[in-house]
Parts: sequence; C-alpha cells; structure tokens
Amino acid sequence: MRNPRRPLPAWADIVLLPLINIALAFVTVSIIVRINGVDPFHALRLLVVGALGSPESIGYTLYYATNFIFTGLAVAVAFHGGLFNIGGEGQAYIGGLGCGLAILALDRYLPAWAMIPIAILAAALFGAAWAAVPAWLQAWRGSHIVITTIMFNFVAAALMVYLMVNVLIAPGSMTPQSRNFEPSSFLPAMQGNALNLSLGLALVCCLAVWIFLWRTPWGYALRTMGHNPEAAVYAGTDLRRMTMVAMGISGGLAGFVGVNELMGVHHRIVLDFPAGYGFAGIAVALMGRNHPLGIALAALLFGILQQGGAELAFEIPTITREMVVVIQGLVILFSGALVQLPRPWLQMLFALRRPS
Amino acid sequence: MKGLLVSLIALVAMGSIAQAQTTLKPAIVYANGGKFDKSFNEGVSNGAKKFTDEIKIAVVDFEPSNETQFEQALRRFAQRGNDPIIAVGFSQAVALEKVGKEFPNTHFTIIDSVVKLPNVQSVVFKEHEGSFLVGVLAALASKSGKIGFVGGMDIPLIRRFQCGYEQGVKYANPSAEVIANMTGTTPAAWNDPGRGAELAKGQFDRGVDVVYAAAGNTGTGVLQAAKDRGKLAIGVDSNQNYLHPGTMLTSMIKRVDVAAYNSFKAMQGGSWRGDVSVLGLKEGGVDWAYDQYNEKLVPPEMKAKVEAAKADIIAGKITVHDYMSNNACK
Amino acid sequence: MTAAIALEGIDKSFGSVHAVRGVSLAIEKGAITGIIGENGAGKSTLMSILYGLYHADAGTIRVDGQPVRMDSPHAAIAHGIGMVHQHFMLIDGFTVLENVVLGAEGGPLLAGGLAAARAELERLERDYGLAVDPDARVADLSVGEQQRVEILKVLFRGARILILDEPSAVLTPQETDRLFRILATLKARGVTIVLITHKLREIMAATDRVYVMRQGRMVAERATPDTDAEELAELMVGRKVRLQLEKAPPRRGEVRLEAGHLGLVDARGVRLLDDVSLELRAGEIVGIAGVSGNGQTELLQVLAGIRPPSTGTLTVCGRTIDARHPGDPAEMRDLGLAHVPEDRLRQGMVAAFRASETAILGYHEQPQFNRRFLLSVPAVGAHCARLMERFDVRPQVPGLRSSSFSGGNQQKLVLAREMAQEPKVLLVGQPTRGVDIGAIEFIHRELVRSRDAGCAVLAVSVELDEILSLADRILVMFAGRIVGEVEGGADERTLGLMMAGAKAAPALSGAEG
Repeated sequence: MRNPRRPLPAWADIVLLPLINIALAFVTVSIIVRINGVDPFHALRLLVVGALGSPESIGYTLYYATNFIFTGLAVAVAFHGGLFNIGGEGQAYIGGLGCGLAILALDRYLPAWAMIPIAILAAALFGAAWAAVPAWLQAWRGSHIVITTIMFNFVAAALMVYLMVNVLIAPGSMTPQSRNFEPSSFLPAMQGNALNLSLGLALVCCLAVWIFLWRTPWGYALRTMGHNPEAAVYAGTDLRRMTMVAMGISGGLAGFVGVNELMGVHHRIVLDFPAGYGFAGIAVALMGRNHPLGIALAALLFGILQQGGAELAFEIPTITREMVVVIQGLVILFSGALVQLPRPWLQMLFALRRPS
Repeated sequence: MKGLLVSLIALVAMGSIAQAQTTLKPAIVYANGGKFDKSFNEGVSNGAKKFTDEIKIAVVDFEPSNETQFEQALRRFAQRGNDPIIAVGFSQAVALEKVGKEFPNTHFTIIDSVVKLPNVQSVVFKEHEGSFLVGVLAALASKSGKIGFVGGMDIPLIRRFQCGYEQGVKYANPSAEVIANMTGTTPAAWNDPGRGAELAKGQFDRGVDVVYAAAGNTGTGVLQAAKDRGKLAIGVDSNQNYLHPGTMLTSMIKRVDVAAYNSFKAMQGGSWRGDVSVLGLKEGGVDWAYDQYNEKLVPPEMKAKVEAAKADIIAGKITVHDYMSNNACK
Repeated sequence: MTAAIALEGIDKSFGSVHAVRGVSLAIEKGAITGIIGENGAGKSTLMSILYGLYHADAGTIRVDGQPVRMDSPHAAIAHGIGMVHQHFMLIDGFTVLENVVLGAEGGPLLAGGLAAARAELERLERDYGLAVDPDARVADLSVGEQQRVEILKVLFRGARILILDEPSAVLTPQETDRLFRILATLKARGVTIVLITHKLREIMAATDRVYVMRQGRMVAERATPDTDAEELAELMVGRKVRLQLEKAPPRRGEVRLEAGHLGLVDARGVRLLDDVSLELRAGEIVGIAGVSGNGQTELLQVLAGIRPPSTGTLTVCGRTIDARHPGDPAEMRDLGLAHVPEDRLRQGMVAAFRASETAILGYHEQPQFNRRFLLSVPAVGAHCARLMERFDVRPQVPGLRSSSFSGGNQQKLVLAREMAQEPKVLLVGQPTRGVDIGAIEFIHRELVRSRDAGCAVLAVSVELDEILSLADRILVMFAGRIVGEVEGGADERTLGLMMAGAKAAPALSGAEG
C-alpha cells in the first residue's frame, strides 16, 4: 500500500535485478582487489575457473554446496514455523557424533547397505535431539530459542572436545580423532575429491522439504504457526508439539552435515568439521528466500565462493584468506541482504520508459 | 605491521627469484591460526624465509580456512609439482595420510604429528621438556607460589605443555600451586587474545604472578595482560621475549623454524629421509629463551638452576612424563 | 466563498486497477465533510493523494484556491493538512508528550522543545477539549485515548484541515460518540474536517455534507440534512439495500451448548469471566451484547476450546469440558462446533496464505483434502472455488493472497469456511466488523438461513443495531458477567443501560427465559 511505485515486470525481478546485484558486488570487490595490486578481472577469472573450471573444482564446489543445502534447509524449516534456529552449527556437530557413534559401534558387523542407512538415520536423530532441547525449553519453559540454540552450539563444541579428547580418541593417536571407519560406512565419492553421494541426499532433502511444507497437512500447520500463531491455535494446532516437530526436522537436516563430512570425506570422527556451515545456513536460507529451490541455488553460489575463494588465495599470494572472506562477504551482502537496494532505481527507470 | 612489510618485500623478492630456480619447488600449508600468529605458524614461516634468503629459492604457501581445505591444498600443491611440502600442525595428519599415498614421489613433512609413510617426514617436539624448564624458572621467579597456565584449545597436545610445566614447577618448588585454564573448545581458541587477557587477569586476581601461555595467537593477549598488571609472562613456540621486555620472563622455544629450514635444506642437499624425528632438549628442538630482553629478570643463580635441570634431562637424570604417552599426567 | 480544498479531475491507477477516476470535490472551510463508500471504492486512495502519500496520474489539488503540488506528507503538513490514520502510528513505550513532538522536536536538545511542546499541548487540550495526560505512556492508554493523541499530534503540527480515515473502526460505541463530540468542538473552533467512513450512522450523525464514492467514481454529493441512510446505502452499493433484516420466529430444538458457572482467571489473577451460565438451542440465534472488553472475547475463546475454563463446566453436543478435562479447537470442530473468530486477521486466517489455504484452516486434516499423506492442491482449490461461488467472495480467485481481499470478502470467506461444515453450533464474533453494507446484508441473511436449517448460533457483537436485528434472545455482558437477558427486538435504551452496568434489567429471569 505504501509503495507508490509500480511493481517491476517479472523478467526484471528475476533476471535483471540479480544481475545488477552481482555487478554491484563485483565493482565493490574490484576496488578492494585493485588496491591490493591485483587485476580484478584476473581475480574473477581465477575465482570462477577455480570453482567451475575442472571436474575436481566442480566436485569441491558441489561438496561445499551440499553442506550449505543441509544447513540452509534446516534454517528454512524452522523459519517457516516462526522459529529462528541459530543452532545449526551444534546440531551438525552432534549429528556427526550420532553418525560416527553408529558407525563405530556397528561398522565391523554390518554390510554397507545396512550400515549407511543406519548411520544416516543416526545423524538425523542426534541432530534432531540436539535441536529438541532448545525447542522444549521454549515450548514449556519460555526460554527464547535464539539464545538457547546459540548456547547449545558452545555446549556441543565442548561436549565434542571432551568426548574426542577423553573417550573416543583412537588408542595411541596423537590427535583427537576416532579410529578409522570401516569401508562399509563410506559413501561413494568422486576419486580424490570430497564430493560424495551426500549431494544426492541433499537434493532429496530439498524435494522432501518442499513436499512437507507445501503438500502435507503438517507442513500446512507448521507454516500457519510461523505466519500467525494465533490462527494456528484457532485451527487446533498444538503449538508446543509443532515447535518440537519444526525444530526436530530442522536439527535433523543440520545433522546431515555430519554425513557429508564424516561418511563422505573424513571417514572418522574429527573435531571442528562443521566449520561455520551452520551459521552460513542462515545466510543461505535468507538468500534462497526460504524456498528449497532458492536454497539449492544459494548453496551453489556459496559453494562457488568457498571453493573459488580458496583457489584465489592459492594462486595469488597477495590475496590472503582474510581477504577472501571479505570478498565472499561482499558478494553475499549484495546478492542477499541488499538484494532490494537497486529496486527503486530500476523502478524509476521503468517508470521513465513507460510514462502512464 | 613491520612483519607484514618485511614479508611483502620478501614476496616481491620471491617473485623475481622463482623464475630463476625450477629444480626445487617447496610449499607450506599452514595450520588454522594463520601465517602471522607470532608463534607456531610464524616460526615455520621464519624458517622458510631464512631458507629463501640463503638459497634464493621461493617458497609458496596457503592458509586454509576449514578442515577440508588441508587435503585440498596438499593435493593441489602436489599436483602442481611442488616438492617438498610442509604440513604444519597436527590437524593435517588425516589429510596428509590420504594425499601422501596418492603422491608417493612427492616429499612431505608434517610438524607436530606422526604420519607413517615412506615419503613423509614427521617432526614432533618434546614440548613437555621445554615446558618443564620454563616451569622451573616460573617457580623460582614466583613470589606468591601461585603459577598460571593458559592453554589454547583443550586437546592432548596442549595438555602435554601443561603437564610438563606442572612437573617443572613442582620440581623447583613442591609447595607451589598451578592454576590452569584452557581458552576454549573450538579452533577459535587459538585466535582469541581478548579472552586470553581475561583468563590471565582472572589468574592474577587469584594471586598468580607468573603465567605461561601456550595458546597460539591467544597468547598475545595473555602477554599483554601481564605487562598491564606488571606480572611475569612466558611465551611459547617462537622467542617472544622481545614483545614486552621487562615482564617477559622467558619463552619456551619450539624450533619449528629449524624443522622447516632443515627439511628444505635436506631436500636440496639430497639427504632427506622419510622418518620420524622427535626433537627434545637434547636435539635442540625445544629450549628456553635467554637473551638481552630478559637477562635482567633472570639472575645468574636462577639461570644456573634452569641450566642444571636442562643438563639433567639431557643426561636422563630427570625424566619428564609425556601426557600423550598415556593420556594422563602421571 | 473558496473551498478549503478543491480536487479537480483526480485520476489514479495501480497497474491495471483504475482506483480513482476523474474525481472532483470541494471541501468547505470549517465544516465536517463526509466521504462514504464501500471498501475499495477509492476513498482512502483519494485521501492518500491529498495527503501526498500517492501522486495522482492526472488532476489538480487546490488549497484555498491555489493549485499546489503534494509530493509528500511534508508538503501536505506545510499546507495545514493533517491525517489521522486508521492504524495509529504511535510508539507504545513513549509518553503522550514524546509521541506528539516526535518528528517535530524543534531543536537538537529535547528538553527545551519538550517544555515548549508541553505548553502548546496544554493549550490545545484546553481549546479543543482533548483531555489526555501528557505524561502517560501510550501503551497504558485506551484505544480512544490513543486516537486523541493522534489528533493532538496533527493539531500540534499546525493542521487546520483534519482527515480522519475510518476513525471509528477500532472504537467502541461510547468511544465513537466521544470522538464525534470532539469533532464537533474542533469544528466550532474553525477546524475543517474530512471524515472517511463506510458507516451510514456516523455520516448521518456527524457530517454537514457527504460525498458518495463507488468504484473509483464520485457518484453523488448531498447536504446531509437533505438525505437519509437508505438513499446513501443505495448510492454506495448501486442497488436497493434492505437495512432491516426480515426473519421468522425461531423454532427452538434441543440444547446444543450449555455453559454452567464458567469462570476464567488469567495468569495475573484478573477475573475475566465470572459465573457465566448460558444455554444455546438448535434453531435460535443468541446475541451477546456488551461494550468491547467485558469478557466477550474470552467467552468465545472458552466456548471454542481455545482456553480451558478455570472453573465451571461447558457441555458441547454431549462432551463436557472443565478445568481438568480441557478441550481443544480441533476436538470441538469434530463435535460439530464451528467458530468465526472476532478478529479474522489475527485468528481466522493467515494473511500471507492463498485464499485456498485460508479456506481449509482448521480443516486441513480432513480426508477430503488429503490423498494419503499429501494435501491435494486440486481438491483444496476446488473447495475454495465452491465456497467463493456460494458466498459471492470477490474476486473469485482461490490462488490470490488472503490479504489481497477486502475486509468484507475476507469475512465472507471465513464464514463460508465455517458454514460449509454444516455445524451443529456456530459461534460468530463480530460478524460484520469492517464489512461493507452490501456484505452485511448478505452475512446476516446467511446466519438466519443457517439458524432456520437447525443450527444453534451464538453471535457476539459490539454493534447494538446488529444484535438487535439478528438475535432471538440477547444476553448482556458486563465486567465478565452476564448481567441480563432480553428477548430480541428489545429497545435500545434498556440494553444500553445494561451494557453500562446499571442493574436495571426488567426481565432478568432464570435459566431458560
């Protein structure tokens, strides 16, 4: 009502606006790269080639994207229920713990067709359980979920360090890591690369989340709670139970990061494998407008930035990893948070073109 | 800032050198703390710089930002024909095990961990021995009898520092009390000077007057806090005495620079071997720092006592227990 | 004489919607001018253009005869035009004084500005009879008082022309009366007032001259004394409207809902419902009258199973609910109880959902909408289309966002959803709040039709006219209690007294009658 300007045509909204955003991000990044004495076009080329230029680099890009899909979906499901889950990091960590414990307990006895599904399930259950505690605290005790999920990230990190240093450490190992998993738990992976079948799981999750949210009565009730809790109560939804359901699903999705990392790449429980993917999931979900398709695309962009950024630092010594973080941050800022920034200008242009 | 300038100049120099030499293409993959942590990573970097200055061969490097990039970077260097490649830090062991097998003709060196492959040279240090010596000195210098320890991330390696240090303290003063804190449980614990300072101040408030920081870049906060409060501090890995002359009691030097330099040098001289070297006091791999910056704080009789302990350890008269031998400090 | 404001040939489109079509009008200085029209007729758009919120595609605005450009509210304020919006723009945590000076602080140091503002505020309060404590926090004020703060804000900025957009939408009848007394005082002090509303009663009571808008056009202009409600209604809707509801006497059947000594105490210990007993039979409409905030909202919540009663029992179609055996809305629905909530935007629908999604709210788990575990989009869409057809919801587009519909159409959709279940008991809160005359007529007829089909209907409304014309029996609530019961068609004065808490009920009788 309060926007006096006419809306943009659909093609401008979907194609032109993102292009302008990326161009703006590139201009800003160029200035910074230029100051450091590097030709921005050369840097851009290295970034893109580094992320998409060879089968190996595409493999790594998709591997990173897999993690971002899981955590992005996790944030989105909770968000549709009106819950801000900042605890993806901890849920991913504990999800990995669950997956690792299942494998350590059973990998010597079970064949791959049984081991892999059980381990994946364990990751989801542990992630869900870790998210269920803050959910329960909010539903029955009124503690705010933003605070509790953040705190649970630290609790998860502390718990993992304790377990890895004191309990799960492989006998005789110098470093805090578990014994190697047996190959029965390995997910099929690209040779000499981190990309593994978890990407398939991630894509299945995208579809499943879409169906759940928009095609089931429970997803309907969850979205009702997110948009209008009073209406949900009116409709007969038990908000406490639905909070538990939403956070459980969210935590389970985040837990799948453990599948990608431990079953796909490291093949043992290691420390610090969530590496910030849980937090990045918030940005992925925002940029993807909380829709699975958008999240998949945003995750791909994040994957490109992650892999391309590493290659950039690798190839050009003057670009440090801190500068790569700045570049990634700027691209995310322009294509995510500031996505509406050029809209009024564009609307003015369109208004000039077609005076009414 | 000065360090940055120096390295920038070095980089420019390297650019011109790299084209001249093609035979040896050394590379380094750093640990999480980053190249300029004034401590562990920077030690390796200094070793590489010394090598470049002497032999005029440039060293390329990479600072990873997550676990997966260790493997990625090691493989990328190997693919590009870099040789030898140094992997800094215990976290790279897993990755190196994998990549080492993929490239059996490339020579790798890992610092702070052991990877048993014919083409991998493992360099580990007896940090407990060096920590023992600074523990002795700490106990001698302390007036309150309360000695502090600030560790980085709570992992076995850092407990090894702590355990050796405690033994040294008790050796010199059986009634002394050690108050120890770990900074955290995530890798951020290596890079949190603010929290390091808080922990140190907390210990000072409880009567501590000498504190030992084994916490990577977090340690710079500990050392600063000691200076601000007029307490004594002990640095780690590199010789940090110069940072705050007057309050820096000493530093537990871990000669990662020598390890990196030796690895490159051996490669160049053809004497490189894929073995495990355990560098203790005897091998000169660890030591305590005594120089113009702390000589006023360490009177001759104190120095003599520390040197005596050092001689005893080398001679085998004192055995310092290694936490990592049985994951316990006894 | 020159008009205070003259609009000439104003035209405005939003995309394909032609909201205002060549409208001209003149607003007389020092008088109250009404602009009436159904929701969506273009009244608010027209006033937003005058206030500089929108820019007209064509046409001229004259203030005191001079053509002016209104490109922003600042320009409007500079020309002495102020607007009181339907939804207040106040900051709850600030005091009245702070809210009034907000945006007009008069210097970098607040204290000096505040002292001057306080003096000015006191003068305004004195001159215009707008009594509000300058130091009260806005959050602690009643809705009527908050509205007075809005008016003060506008006057404080020096406005001599006041536009009020649906000012009574959020007010109780008492507060509305008070507002109109204030407007009369303002008028007497020479302030020009423009009143936008769709309520005929208010136009007849308060204005000197009335303009009628329909579908973006100005269709009529009348001096208020020369017209009547019937004529205005016909002009607004474009056809003859029956303002009187015709219905046969009720044929009462068995008791469907029975409340026995219900009590409700909130977490702070405030008694919201006190010993409420009532029964509702098949085939009758029971009206609950009362000034807003006397427990009607809570009564509806308890009856619908949203809140469990603290004491007493509730029996709905054989199921008994009390504090230890609470029901829930889903269970009540299964028992055959349907509930049209008082506040459709907050409870009855989800603004961001498509109309088709709103049309299954509460019934989304019914087998007719689900194939195995999945919601059937075609079934949901078809259901919504049927509801829209039957209840004449416009536009008939199930895929449109619920918030895109006008208030009346939203209400019809919610009502359609609940009545489509052919419930045994129907609870309706504020059946026609914010609804156009044409739709009011329709909704009332549907409620009566439902009653005649044997449904037990309980209607809660703060509109006395509505209760009087709809209900077969009327219960009056005051301070959480039922203070009286009268037959439908009782006279307004008796009810009014009971609503105000005076124990003057002539026919205060026992359980049934």
